Amino acid sequence: MCHHCDVPTATPQVVEPDVVLDPVTEDVPLAALPWVTIVWNDPVNLMSYVTFVFRNYFGYSMRKAHKLMLEVHNDGKSVVSSGSREEMERDVQAMHEYGLWATLERSE
Amino acid sequence: MTSGFTRHRRSGRVIANFSAFEADLVRSLAAQLVELLRSEQALPDESADPLEAMFDFAGPRAVPEDPVLARLLPSAYPGDVESAAEFRRFTEGALRDGKVAAAQVVITTLEEAGLPPVGETSLEGLGAVLDVELELPTAMLWLKSLADMRLALGTRLGVEEGDEGRWDELPDEDPQRHTHDIYQWLGYLQESLVDALDR
Repeated sequence: MCHHCDVPTATPQVVEPDVVLDPVTEDVPLAALPWVTIVWNDPVNLMSYVTFVFRNYFGYSMRKAHKLMLEVHNDGKSVVSSGSREEMERDVQAMHEYGLWATLERSE
Repeated sequence: MTSGFTRHRRSGRVIANFSAFEADLVRSLAAQLVELLRSEQALPDESADPLEAMFDFAGPRAVPEDPVLARLLPSAYPGDVESAAEFRRFTEGALRDGKVAAAQVVITTLEEAGLPPVGETSLEGLGAVLDVELELPTAMLWLKSLADMRLALGTRLGVEEGDEGRWDELPDEDPQRHTHDIYQWLGYLQESLVDALDR
């Protein structure tokens, strides 16, 4: 699987020489921010089917799956999962296998 | 007329009865789906350097032109042409193959349940009802394939949210009305399958 993780370069920080930088927070690149899978509304797929897919594939509870389905239906889209780019590409592909209209993008 | 799918309590299988006409209709839709998914495959890029092309995995990069294929194989990155092309190049083949395989399972199940192969026997003599019994993994493939068939018909028809009245107003002899009836019937079938799997 290919990836062009365009890692934005961090703005150099001016720090006091005696300030100890937190190595963890400093090293987290922006590309590590989570990505999201978005499912879009379409006029064909049944509400019961979309709910079923969210339960079956993601393992969500009936309540959560139903809530996400209603977001898709009423708001036109819903963020259904988040994680690394690789994980989201897997989720998007799985949604396409089920016939759901899904895309991924960097989380805002 | 089928009453859709139910879950057999003891075996856990999903079962349905179809008339020969209904089974033949589903098979025909599945076969059309297979044909469509196998068409418009990306051809090797002849403008590319031959040596490079030889070692390059030449997967498709562009959204298919046919609106049904474009809906079945949508773009994963609508705002990013390059990422969309790369994603498609590595995934579209598998996505097509999976959808073809699911449709073929639908055809096989129907024929194993007694539907004669296409053109072999006329359906006239088949008064009998076909008993279809699906183990769970097969039922999941049916579910996905029914979704694909509905997407194909719905996209061809130009179905929109809340447009039911529009189809009822068409004259009985309008082929679009007939296709929409089939689309609705597939929805009924799919809904019953979701219900059966939820139990």
